[in-house]
Amino acid sequence: MTSPLQQKIKITGPSMVTANRTSDGIVIYRTAQQGWSASLSDAAVVRTSDEARALLAEANADDVGAVGAYIAPVELKDSGEIKPGNLRERIRSKGLTIDLLPA
Amino acid sequence: MYAYDELDRTLINERVSEFRDQVKRRLSGELTEDEFKMLRLQNGVYLQLHAYMFRVAIPYGTLSSKQLRTLAHVARRYDRGYGHFTTRQNIQYNWIKLSELPDALADLAEVGIHAMQTSGNNMRNVTSDQWAGVAPGEIEDPRIWSEILRQHTTLHPEFSFLPRKFKIAITASDHDRAAIKIHDIGLRLYRNAEGETGFEVLVGGGLGRTPFIAKTIKPFVSRRDILSYVEAILRVYNQYGRRDNIYKARIKILVHELGIEKFAAEVEEEWEHIRDSALTLEDSVIEEIRSRFSYPAYDKLPHMPEELKKTAHDPHFEAWRRNSVFTHKVQGYSIVTLSLKPVGGPPGDATADQMDAVADLADKYSFGEIRVGHEQNLVLPHVAKRDLPALWKALDKIGLATPNINLVSDIIACPGLDYCSLANARSIPIAQELTRRFANHETANMIGRLHINISGCINACGHHHVGHIGILGVEKNGEEFYQITIGGRADENAQMGTLIGPAVPYGDVADVIEDIVEAYLALRARPDELFVDTVKRLGVEPFRERVYATR
Ligand code: HEM
Ligand code: SF4
Repeated sequence: MTSPLQQKIKITGPSMVTANRTSDGIVIYRTAQQGWSASLSDAAVVRTSDEARALLAEANADDVGAVGAYIAPVELKDSGEIKPGNLRERIRSKGLTIDLLPA
Repeated sequence: MYAYDELDRTLINERVSEFRDQVKRRLSGELTEDEFKMLRLQNGVYLQLHAYMFRVAIPYGTLSSKQLRTLAHVARRYDRGYGHFTTRQNIQYNWIKLSELPDALADLAEVGIHAMQTSGNNMRNVTSDQWAGVAPGEIEDPRIWSEILRQHTTLHPEFSFLPRKFKIAITASDHDRAAIKIHDIGLRLYRNAEGETGFEVLVGGGLGRTPFIAKTIKPFVSRRDILSYVEAILRVYNQYGRRDNIYKARIKILVHELGIEKFAAEVEEEWEHIRDSALTLEDSVIEEIRSRFSYPAYDKLPHMPEELKKTAHDPHFEAWRRNSVFTHKVQGYSIVTLSLKPVGGPPGDATADQMDAVADLADKYSFGEIRVGHEQNLVLPHVAKRDLPALWKALDKIGLATPNINLVSDIIACPGLDYCSLANARSIPIAQELTRRFANHETANMIGRLHINISGCINACGHHHVGHIGILGVEKNGEEFYQITIGGRADENAQMGTLIGPAVPYGDVADVIEDIVEAYLALRARPDELFVDTVKRLGVEPFRERVYATR
């Protein structure tokens, strides 16, 4: 996956803005209330490139709270549930795919 | 062991308080991320997928038991109870909070450990043979030279803003355990026909996007001149290195573009100006550094103690002894490698409890000393042979006696997409699956020496180019795929592997590797013809056929 840090802003499907929290580095998502949440279900979902650009600009403006904000795809379930749109985001939201201890 | 002097201790402590202040200003918003990024990188702090990653240097791979306990303490107190030993004699923590990093650095500083120059465009940790000082037949301890270079280049203004990162590795044995041919500068200490010791100097090695095996730039540089000669190389690089293009900025590209002869001529000219300067190493200076390394007071012990004879009938002990115990330069002692590659485990990871236990075992059986090698395993460098049975039992209890050193399940792997923000694909689960497939010790032993290296992207942190079998994660339409190369090697005969064909999907990798190994078993001329030698003799074609015939 091309590093999302280098991407041009052009989205092809529903997307969100994600980053890491400055103080402890945990994965956070930009909410529609102009804040951050550690839960993907709280993420603001955008559908056009303009909306994405605006959400990213707003996220980047919070330089104290978050590091390395970027746009990433999501999958929207019929139920309204928000799922990560690719493996990288699945790993960021759900954690490691591996056993830490020998098994 | 090496005793740091007052200067080093002051430097490390100053660095910690400086960073504490920088972190405070970052968290209060006084420093922007743009301003802070370079400062954190100078202290080994990266941002990864889930959190900050913190890389700590283990100079030339030597640790005291006290230092290892502190590494364990950092894992437990500030991280999630484990750390990852890397291919460049560093340890990485994956879950550190920025707000707690200054405390972690301060705790490390108390035992003389730091994270300086573990990232950024400067001289990185000067690595060495993990058997330095104990390997039979070694010319002399190469760590003396790592230390001389470390002291000279640490925070040296001229080398703090190089075009790109710069890595040096040093060996003093015939068998290269430090992978010097894939470093920016590789140094091989040897004795020439006149009986004088000095260095063969190699330059321009490296992996990543544009891999090169280092070339010999000067067959012999005497010890007294090595510092000025290395400095001459760095100056030429500093002047001509491509700062405009990150992909062309490593010295390997400069050497390749100029050609080794032209590059050597430039270095020679620069060297003429500085070779008889303050950089000349007088014997007294070398002796001063040498005297700071202490060696154990070895006892006079029998070659074959009773304890060893008594345990020889235990097949599990014997399997481990044959695999993981190596000849020491002193009679009655052994070098013992501790496998951090348990079946099903992430390669190179150790828990805080394991680190503490190894520190205790080092105190009991290895004069309090531990080594870290580029193969991501640990070493107890001075174990009396009579203690081997007791040590084995203790290691087995903590999961560090897997008898797979240099075998197919002793896999070198980078963190890959489970941790790394640059990754295309995962590395660790591929390694875990392969260790399960080859879990049977008899089978692995029958296959013999076989190095598998896995990287999650072209940056090649897992050295896939030089794996006997190399596995590189790539991305195709959002899916994880893997390119497989065979025939690479990282030792004194270093060479890049050859691609066997189109990339294969995640789910097929372990099957493909099994096919390659089966093909090798059918094709090898004798049971002791190594995998790499069979590939060298036959080329990749028979392996390609085997793998792709049914795919
Ligand atoms: C997880 C964070 C990491 C990041 C962001 C990272 C980044 C990079 C990058 C960008 C390169 C290529 C540099 C170049 O060619 O100029 C590189 C090379 C390398 N990395 Fe890492 N790496 C990481 C972890 C590791 C780990 C865990 C290891 C050891 C297992 C490692 C060992 C190496 C080595 C040995 C190279 C050398 C290849 C060469 O010299 O060309 N790195 N890394
Ligand atoms: S090889 Fe790529 S994926 Fe693996 S650690 Fe290095 S940068 Fe990350």
